[in-house]
Parts: sequence; structure tokens; C-alpha cells
Amino acid sequence: MDRAAHVEAAPAISIAGLAKTYASGLQALKRVDLEIRRGEIFALLGPNGAGKTTLISVVCGIVTPTAGRVLVEGHDIVRDYRAARSKIGLVPQELHTDMFESVWGTVRFSRGLFGLPPDAAHLERVLRDLSLWEKRNDKIMTLSGGMKRRVLIAKALAHEPEILFLDEPTAGVDVELRRDMWALVRRLRERGVTIILTTHYIEEAEEMADRIGVVSKGELIVVEEKTTLMKKLGKKQLTLHLEAPMTAVPAGLAEWNLVLANGGTELEYTFLASEERAAIPALLRRLGDLGVAYKDLNTHQSSLEDIFVTLVSERA
Amino acid sequence: MSTATRFPAFNRQGVLAIYRFEMARARRTLWQSLVTPVITTSLYFVVFGAAIGSRMSEVDGVAYGAFIVPGLMMLALFTESLSNASFGIYLPRFTGTIYEVLSAPVSPLEMVLGYVGAAATKSVILGLVILATATFFVPVRILHPGWMAAFLVLTATTFSLFGFIIGIWAKGFEQLQFIPMLVITPLTFLGGAFYSIDMLPGAWRTFSLFNPVVYLISGFRWSFYGTADVGVALSLAMTLAFFCLCLALVWWIFRTGYRLKS
Ligand SMILES: Nc1ncnc2c1ncn2[C@@H]1O[C@H](COP(=O)(O)OP(=O)(O)OP(=O)(O)O)[C@@H](O)[C@H]1O
Ligand SMILES: [Mg+2]
Repeated sequence: MDRAAHVEAAPAISIAGLAKTYASGLQALKRVDLEIRRGEIFALLGPNGAGKTTLISVVCGIVTPTAGRVLVEGHDIVRDYRAARSKIGLVPQELHTDMFESVWGTVRFSRGLFGLPPDAAHLERVLRDLSLWEKRNDKIMTLSGGMKRRVLIAKALAHEPEILFLDEPTAGVDVELRRDMWALVRRLRERGVTIILTTHYIEEAEEMADRIGVVSKGELIVVEEKTTLMKKLGKKQLTLHLEAPMTAVPAGLAEWNLVLANGGTELEYTFLASEERAAIPALLRRLGDLGVAYKDLNTHQSSLEDIFVTLVSERA
Repeated sequence: MSTATRFPAFNRQGVLAIYRFEMARARRTLWQSLVTPVITTSLYFVVFGAAIGSRMSEVDGVAYGAFIVPGLMMLALFTESLSNASFGIYLPRFTGTIYEVLSAPVSPLEMVLGYVGAAATKSVILGLVILATATFFVPVRILHPGWMAAFLVLTATTFSLFGFIIGIWAKGFEQLQFIPMLVITPLTFLGGAFYSIDMLPGAWRTFSLFNPVVYLISGFRWSFYGTADVGVALSLAMTLAFFCLCLALVWWIFRTGYRLKS
């Protein structure tokens, strides 16, 4: 395979044995291995201080890794940094903006910085996409926080990146803007852009991501397809609201491991989403046989959030 | 999306973007960047040229008012190059916007060209404005315009490089002011900006020869009036040596990522 074909087939990002210890001695990343596929939306989850921003900063060239290797579409981020960086757009977590610049001036600057000739039509499209076109001549410091966040996104898109990093893009953003942001991310994906986002809103990962990685204390503890993760670790719960309260679970129901709740008025059956099968009909039949009457029943599926909390607390 | 797999060997657009950004910053503060030095220089002429100069004889055959012009230009060049260049790189470090430059396909050389190039340009313009102001007060002649321009550009570039280093080293605004205030201003005043070091008593004269600024000012004054405290070749050699020292320091900074990357 010649080199060009090799680069063509390479994953969007390939991280091997990446470690980072800050000068303070703090080990922010401990041997991370990860491959991001082209065109996917990858969500990085993890509590505060887990190392998400550090991971992103290393890939983007802002933080020097202590050990390990990172390839961006086959280009080494150290040896071949120009090719690697020109493919990446970064929206940082903090709102770092040039206060006195105009919106138009700052996106033009970003495009030039990445080595591209001016292209007013492209920049107009980006600003319109983010509802910033009317604000193009305003100074950045006169914009609201949510708009500043959009300016940072516009800057990151100014050079038409193939890979976009969004570090908590919806932190401090209202519901409507968040929906706009999700729509924008989907449009970018349709154009073939690979997107890596970090978020603390689990619903966001649930809504957007193809795959999910969970970082905890500098380690990548899970990388999984979202649907698989939900299926594998997602729990379901059936709650039966009884006609008459019980003091103990009848012996005939032992095989289901039921739990009495709410002062004996509810029976709860918890099971893994992956092993549903015929358990519920069998349980309901047995209840009928035993003459246990119930007036209502409902099921609840655990969210990614529950899964996430379980995963991280297992490690703690 | 983009088809460009190969990145050009030199990121010209990137250099231009930084350069333009820095020049735009100067335009926004045009008042401070030009008017203040012009007023200060005019005051120097009123005080040193007219009030004191009228009681002083000529220095090396040049009227005192005219004699101090190269020194004044150098003084402005030093301080403006340092403050412009140090502020230019310190500000993005302070506000955090440096992330974008660090994550861009911009090489250290290109970054220096953009930031230092803009700071040096501003200083050269300022030097010429001061020269123009001076001609309103005293008769100025320039014997060697080519050398004058060379010394002007070289000094502006060297001190902008030095300022760039200070801007990367500084941990706060106080440190940004520290070197210009505590080191450069005394060295300039003691470096013969307002007198010929031949006018100093023997011991002080020898002592002055350890002051690098003496060589810069002397060489620059030579390009105006053809008289110098020290040999022109020595002046030029010292200026170039200082330039190379700054260059080496900048190279080291980028090799180690010192205070730019964690
Ligand atoms: N420049 C730095 N110097 C020293 N330690 C740092 C630096 N930046 C981050 N850290 C530490 O590294 C760890 C990981 O930080 P990081 O910002 O990567 O976390 P994160 O997962 O992005 O957290 P959050 O969700 O709060 O953004 C933290 O303990 C943090 O204090
Ligand atoms: Mg973070």
C-alpha cells in the first residue's frame, strides 16, 4: 500500500499510549488509546477534572504530551503538525475571544491563520448558519455569552475543517440555542465532518452521539456504540401498583428477585435491558396464578445518565 | 470537505493574518501609539534643545539640539519596540486567545515574523515620525541615509524580538513593565542619548563601554553626523550580536514550549 492510500484509509484520529503529566506532577492522562472513525459523532463524557480537555488539547497541539502518539488522518501531530492541524477546528471550553475585534474581523483572522486565502462567501455562509450575520460588524465584547460561544464555533469552521472538536459547546447555553447547536452538528456531519464533543449533559450524548467514550481520572474506561452501551448496561424496571399492600414478597415469586417498595404498595422488578425476553409475561401469569391483584403497572428504562453514574462510581 | 491534503511549505496567509491583526490593534490605539511619543519628543526639544541647549556649546561640531535627535529616536525605538512586542504576545496569553495560534498550522518562525514584524514596523514608523517632528525644531541632516535606515530597522527588529521574549516570560503586567523601566531606561540615559560619552570623566567613560546601548546610539548618530563615540564597525557588530542573542533565545523558547504550552 503506498503512502497516499495509507493516509486515505486512516481513521480520523488515532491515539496510542497517550499520557500527560502536568508540571505540577498531576497525572491528567494515563495511557489513553482511542480511534475516532471518519464522519462519526463521538461524545466524551466524564466528571470535572477527568482529563477531557487535556486529551483534546494534546490532539490540537496546545499541550505537549508526556508519552504516546497521535495521528490525525494519518499525519503525526508532532512531525507532520501542519497537515494534522490544518484538518482540525477547535472550539475551546472557555470563552477566549478578542474583545475589541469585530465578528467579521475575527473569523477572517482564523481562516488566514490556517493558511487559507480569504473567502468571503464561505465566511458569510458560516456566519448565517450560526445566526451571526447581522452581528458581523459588532465588537465581540458587546455580544452575549451564547453569541460569543457561536463566534468561537464560527472561528473554528472558518477554515473548513474535516474534524471538529467541541469542548462543552452547550455549557451555559439556553435550550433553544442548544437545539440549534445540535442541528448544526448534524448538518456538519452530513457534510462529512467528524465531530468530537464533550458534554456534561448526558441527554446531549444520548441525542447526538454515534459512539461514547467515558473518561474517569485520566483513563478511558469505556468506548462503545451508544446503542450497545445503552443495551448492555441499561436497566429496565417494571413497577406494579398493588390493590392491597403486602408485608413480604410471596415465596412463589422468588425467581424474579422482586422488591417491595412504597410501604408494601408497590412491587418492583429490575432487569437488564438486554435480557428482557419472556420474563415479564411469565411474571404476570404467575401473579395471576397467585391471585395478586394490581391496579396499574409501568416500566422505566434507565438513561445514559444512570449508566454513567454507575460506571464512574464503580471506579471511585 | 477541503481537498487540500498538502499544506504549503510556508504559511504566508498565517503570517499576514497575525501581522494584520497586530497592525489593526495599533490603529485602534493610534492616539497612544503616535501622539504621545510625538508630544514627549517635542517636550524634550523644548527642555533639552532650547532651554539647556542654548547654554551648551556644540558637541563634536553639531548643535546640541540636533545632536540629541538620533538619541531621542533610539530611546523611543527601544521603549516602543519592547512595549509593542511584549504586549502583542502577552495579551493573547493573558486572555487565552493564544490557543488558536498554538493550534494553527503556524511554525515558530511564522509566528515570530507576524508578531515581531508588526512590532518592528510600528517602531520604524514611530522613529520616522519623531524624525519629522525634530525637523520642526532643529536642522537635521543625514550623512548616510542607507546606514541610518539599516540601523533603524535592525534596532527595531532586535528590540521587538527582545520584547517578544519578555512577553512570553512575563507572568503579570508588572513584569511586563519591569525590564523596560528598570533596565532599558537607565541604560539609555547612561548610554549617551543626550551627550557624547567623551564628555564623561575617565572612569565613567570606561564603565560606559560595558553598556550595549552606547554602541547602538553611537552607530546611529554616526549615520546622521559622521561622528561617533566608538567605531562604526564595532557598533554594527554589537547590534548584530544582540540581535543573534535574542534570536537564539526565541529559538530556545519554541524548542521547549517555554510558558507557551503546558
Ligand atoms: N495547565 C494545567 N496545569 C496543571 N494541571 C492542569 C492543567 N490543566 C488541567 N490540569 C489538571 O488536569 C486535570 C484534568 O483537567 P481537564 O481540564 O482535562 O479536565 P476535564 O475533564 O476537561 O474537566 P471539566 O469537565 O471540568 O472541563 C485536572 O485535575 C486539572 O486540574
Ligand atoms: Mg474540560
